[in-house]
This record gives sequence, structure tokens and C-alpha cells, in this order.
Amino acid sequence: MDLSSINPLVLIAALMVASTPILLAAIGELVVEKSGVLNLGVEGMMITGAICGFAVAVESGSPALGFVGAAVGGALLSLLFGVLTQYLLSNQVATGLALTLFGLGLSALMGQDYVGIKPPATGDVNFGPLADLPVLGIVLFRHDLMVYVSLAIVAGVWAFLKYSRAGLILRAVGESHDAAHALGYKVVHVRLAAIAFGGACAGLGGAYLSLIRVPQWTEGMTAGAGWIALAIVVFASWKPWRVLLGAYLFGGVTVLQLNLQAAGVAIPVEYLSMSPYIITILVLVIMSSNRGRAALAAPAALGRSFHASS
Amino acid sequence: MTEALLTIEGLTKAYPGVVANDDVSFRIAPGEVHALLGENGAGKSTLVKMIYGLVRPDAGRMTFGGTAFEPATPHAARATGVAMVFQHFSLFEALNVAENVALGMEDPPPQRQLARRIREVSETYGLPLDPDRLVGDLSAGERQRVEIIRCLLQDPKLLIMDEPTSVLTPQEVDILFETLRKLQAEGTSILYISHKLEEIKTLCDNATILRLGKVVGECNPREESARSMAEMMVGTTLHTPSRDEKEPGEVVLDLAALSVASANPFGTSLRSIHLEVRSGEILGIGGVAGNGQDELLAALSGETPAPPEAIKFCEQEIGHLGPNARRRFGLLAAPEERLGHAAAPDMSLTENALLTGAIREQLVAGGFLRWPQAQGFAEKIIAAFDVRTPGPANAARSLSGGNLQKFVIGREILQRPACLVVNQPTWGVDASAAAAIRQALMDLAAEGAAVIVISQDLDELMEISDRFAALNEGRLSAPRAAKGLTVDEIGLMMGGAHDMEVAHVA
Repeated sequence: MDLSSINPLVLIAALMVASTPILLAAIGELVVEKSGVLNLGVEGMMITGAICGFAVAVESGSPALGFVGAAVGGALLSLLFGVLTQYLLSNQVATGLALTLFGLGLSALMGQDYVGIKPPATGDVNFGPLADLPVLGIVLFRHDLMVYVSLAIVAGVWAFLKYSRAGLILRAVGESHDAAHALGYKVVHVRLAAIAFGGACAGLGGAYLSLIRVPQWTEGMTAGAGWIALAIVVFASWKPWRVLLGAYLFGGVTVLQLNLQAAGVAIPVEYLSMSPYIITILVLVIMSSNRGRAALAAPAALGRSFHASS
Repeated sequence: MTEALLTIEGLTKAYPGVVANDDVSFRIAPGEVHALLGENGAGKSTLVKMIYGLVRPDAGRMTFGGTAFEPATPHAARATGVAMVFQHFSLFEALNVAENVALGMEDPPPQRQLARRIREVSETYGLPLDPDRLVGDLSAGERQRVEIIRCLLQDPKLLIMDEPTSVLTPQEVDILFETLRKLQAEGTSILYISHKLEEIKTLCDNATILRLGKVVGECNPREESARSMAEMMVGTTLHTPSRDEKEPGEVVLDLAALSVASANPFGTSLRSIHLEVRSGEILGIGGVAGNGQDELLAALSGETPAPPEAIKFCEQEIGHLGPNARRRFGLLAAPEERLGHAAAPDMSLTENALLTGAIREQLVAGGFLRWPQAQGFAEKIIAAFDVRTPGPANAARSLSGGNLQKFVIGREILQRPACLVVNQPTWGVDASAAAAIRQALMDLAAEGAAVIVISQDLDELMEISDRFAALNEGRLSAPRAAKGLTVDEIGLMMGGAHDMEVAHVA
């Protein structure tokens, strides 16, 4: 056993990369749930985004276009969910589960010709001298663009929900769609926009896996990341910064346990493999215990269908 | 009369199977307080929804300030100068006061500036409010202030108020009326909807009466009696509940220092409640909503367990028993929330009858349901309490509020309780159904049951109770004989005006 082979700075840098897919998916789902919609299809949207992004990047040779394609693909799939649940009033839980299964199948079909191909490489952002700073340089300034984009999205979502009027309306719709409707807000439109944003974010998260993290296309490559994203949103009490914390914690433990496995620690591999899930859930449960319903901030209308009767 | 602010001509709106409004016409002058009267289902809410832009009329015209007025959305209505205080508050519990106010405005100023304006307006009109508090933490009276202030901040020309006083203490009602009179003096017109005819007599200049979607009369409420207006609404002579005087009997229910913590983070815990109810007696419990009414009902029905000795029923300690064990003894309860607490909304009336009647009516045998008996019981309730529904197979949700309430109360009364606890038995129920429910409660007491009526409607409590007590922040005042209590005394028992002050009338 050789723990000295684990460099804490490299570890932190690696955890940011490992966490980004989950972070993107979770922050999108947070917005969706804040509007009162429970979309359990995150996994399906992620994997669809993964293949859409991969295909576009390979065909065009541009990873940036790939990410755009991934966002569009994820958003389109989520709009399918949106039309079903918002206009046809189908059950959100069942439709979300179906979306996951549909997305897994659709992506396998679309990805048949892309197995075993290497995507065009995404370069790291060049911060010049900043990247050479001791400690900070390796941790903060040697990542690809999407890591910074994901952080910007978290900050943007936080500011949007807290300070903007549109964010206030979104929260109001998620809190009581009947009251929001009575005040004249278009509940269905707000929710569709939120669903599309959530789908786009999930798509970006999936493409991050297939274009940067892995990078190649394999069937079912998201391997449950969408479900972890869903859990993180709930345990983070629908708060953007806690979603960041939860995602980084999960990514961190994942990277750490891989390193520990490589270092040959005398703990059975199975325990190490399950550790990210257990630790993430434990920490977030402890954080959200002992609080009233309002502090938990669960949107009161979450998962309830809205129909403007009378 | 001068130029009208709002005229309505021939407004018609039909829904599949019902004509909600049929050729409705009336006018409101600037600075006039106009009452809209009618039973549940008479079409009052459809009418105000059309004025507020939530529903589009099928036919008819409206003019506002002399120009045609066809609001397609509430935004358009607000921009024209119409504001509305809703019956079921259109508030968001997890948002704070300022955010709630901002959501009801067209272009709200930044939060800090808005908070300052909320403070200013609330002081001018004597409605103190802290803009930073969560609405979920506020009492019903305070929530209504949020709605009113949201409207006032937009300087409306017409303010629509749908049942505004049902949750207020008499002192709070006085203060609200001062506020409304001040608005009226400033030239704001008010369209006022209420079941409380005495209020309409003191406040309103004109009244339009709706029955089954049609205007059936207009009157000056100051010249009419409450009874004559009620009869115009119902279309028949109204029967006033009455019963013979009788000496109360044995103590049935005895609470000794009952203290229960509230299960709800926004609730009020009960503190050391002492109470005795005798057979043949109606004890009225008043108080502003959110002072422990729901908790008291839950403690009495058995939903919240208490120490065994805190609740005695016919000298037996039952504090630790659950609802079904208490039902077996004859202690029954009907909670306030009709849909979701007293009745399961999507289950049929038969199933709902089964839910509480299973034990006392022997509707279950060896773990199996006895459907014919359950249906018979439901039919008995429907017949005995004049519940208007096509039959017991209909879902509870499909009944109007008054009819479902008659069903809920009837279901408990027909189980021959030794003690019945009801919370808000006539909340949102029209005059004739309310009279029927009150009469049934009085008949039950006359037959020797002990009855506890928890209500925020003081007129109701004065009408039917023998003794009166008030809940204030989880404490119960000492009960007093209801006869001869003055409104001021009651208000003091209820804790006064909850730190409100009278509007500084100009």
C-alpha cells in the first residue's frame, strides 16, 4: 500500500472533472423541480445528450458544436416529456421513467455507427501565467471550458432564482400553480421552459462524459449518473450551491476511492465502490435534517399536474 | 348617479352543463361599495373572474371608466386598475411577504424599495406587516393583509374582495372596514362579496343579488334586513335554527391541563387546556385561525396522542387512544378541511361513509367490507341531510362545499355520538346549508349529546352555543355563558386586535 502516490492537488483537479456531468444534470433538474415538475428522465436525457454531442462533434470535428448539439438533443427529448405531462397531463413519475428507458434505447440506436471512434479532443482553457501558480494553478486553471461553464451555470441559476423576477415567477409556479394562475402567470409555458432548460443541462452533462471524461461512445455509458443527479437535488434541499457541494463530494469520493484501489488499500473493492453513494447521501441527509418544511424548500407543487379548470 | 366606473351589460358564461352567468348586468359608480350576494354556486366567482380577466365571457360587454373593457388576462385587468383579494388566498407560503406582493404587481420596484413601500402603505392603512417574513409563518388575518396591501400598492380604481372577513376577529373586521372606508373616501370603488349580511348592511351602498347565475334583485342594504336579503338569495323563506332550553347533564368530556406540541412547523402548540363539556350542551370555541384550532381538534379526535389522564371521557382516561378507539366510546370529530381531511376527495361517498362509520355502524365484518350496508349508510346520510348529489357512487370532490359539508357532519351525527367535535362546520357554506347544519347540531345536543363547535364565525357561535370560550395562542379562556356576551368582550377573550391599529382616517 502506497498512499504517497496520491497527490491531493491532482485529486482535487480530477474531482472537478469527475463531478461535472452530475453537476450539470443536477443543476438543470433543480430548475425543473423548482418549477414544480418532477422529471425522472434525467438519465435518458443525459445519454441522449451524450450520443448527440458525440455524433455532432465527430461529424463536424468541433467539440464546441458537439456540446451545442448535446444541449439541443437533451432539450428536444425533454420537450417530449413536457408535451406529455403539461398538455396531455400524463403522470410525471411514469412518463419520466419511460423517458429514461426511451433515451437509453434511442441513444443505443443512434450510436451504432460511433462505437470505437475517438472524438476530437477538447483543449484546456489557456489562462497563461495563472496556470503556473503554485497549488491554485493545477487546481483551478488547467481545466477545459465546460468545467467553468458548469460553475457559471450554477452561479447563474442561483442568481436567477434569488434576484430575478423571472426566477421569482418560476418559484411561485412551483410553490402553488393555482395561485400563480390566478395572478395571471402562464404556468404551462413557465414549466415547459424549465423542462427544456433541464433537458439541455442534462444533455451537456452527458456530452461531457462522451467527449471529455471517457472520451468515447459506449452504450449505457452514463451508468446511473442521472439518478445520482436526481438524488443530489433532493438531498441538497433544492439549493444551487448545495448541489455543487453534493456533486463535488460525490465526484471527490469517486476519484479518491479509485486512487485508493490503485494504491492497493486493504479494503474490499466493493466497499470502496459503494462509498461515493453512501457518503454523499449521509452528508446531505445530515445537512438537511432538523429543519422545517420551508427551510427544506421543497416546491409545494412538485409533481402535481396543473390544469386550468374553471 | 354620476358616470359609472364599471358597467356590466348582459354578461353570459356557460360551462358544459351549467350556465354560470346568464345575462348579468349592473353598474358600479366611482367611490361606491357594491355588494354581490348569492349562495354558493350562484355565479359570483365566475362573474368576478370575468372582471379580473381570468375567464372570458361568452357574450356581453363591460366598460371601465367609459371605455370598452375586455381584459384577456389578469395583467390587462390590473393595468386598467382592477385589483382583487381572493377568497382562497392566492399566496405562496414558501416565499416572503415582499416576494408575494411583487408577484401580484405589473412592474414591481426592486425588493428593497418595495419593502419600504410595503411598510409605508401598511402603516398608512393600519395593517402592520414585516416584508421579510415568510407567508407560511403568518396567521390568516396577516395573510389577508398581504393580499390587501398587494392590491393597494397598485392604486386600484376598483378593488374586488371575495369573502374577506371570514377569518378575522371582530376588531380586525372593524379595522378592515376603516381601511375600506378610507379607500372609498379616496374614490376607490369596491366590489364586496360576503355571506355575512350584517357586514354588508354596515359597509355597502348597493347590492346586486344573484341566484343560479341570474340577477334576481338589486337593493340598498341599509334599508333591508339581513333576513330579507338572505331570502332574496335563497328564493324561499329562511328557517332560523332554534331549540328548547334544557339543563345540561353529566360531564361527558373533561380536559385537564392538556398540552400538546403541534405536529406542523407553522402550527400552534396547545398549552394547558382545561375544559368540561356536559351532555346536552353546545360549547362554542372561537378564536382567530391558527391559534390552535386544528391542534385542539386533532387532540380531541385522537390524531395527536396526549397523556392518558389529560382527556377523560365519561371518567375514563382516553388521552393515549387513537381515533378508532375513541369512536368506539362515542367521541366523534369532523375536521375543518373538507377535501383531504374530513373526506377523501377522489373516493365515493359510500367509501367516505365507510371511512369513519365502519366501527359504530358495523360496516366491517371479519376484515371484509359490507358494501350494501355502507351504501345504505351513505344513502341514509344523503336523505337525512338533503345532500344534493346524483347518488352515493359520486366522488366527494364532485360535491359543492355546502353539500359535502352537510355529508361530513351528517355522517358523524348519524353515528349517534355521545360527544361530537366539529371544526368550522359552516366555512364557505351558503346560508341555507349553514342553517341546516346548525339546526342539526342543536338537535343533536337536544337529544343529549355533548357538542363542541370550533368556529371563527362568531355570529354562528352566539347563535347556537350555551357557553363560549376562545382560543388564543394555544390557550383556552375560561368558558362563559354565551347569552349576554358583547362583541367587545368576545374580542378581548380572543386576544384583542392582534397588535393592529385603527387606520389613520384622513
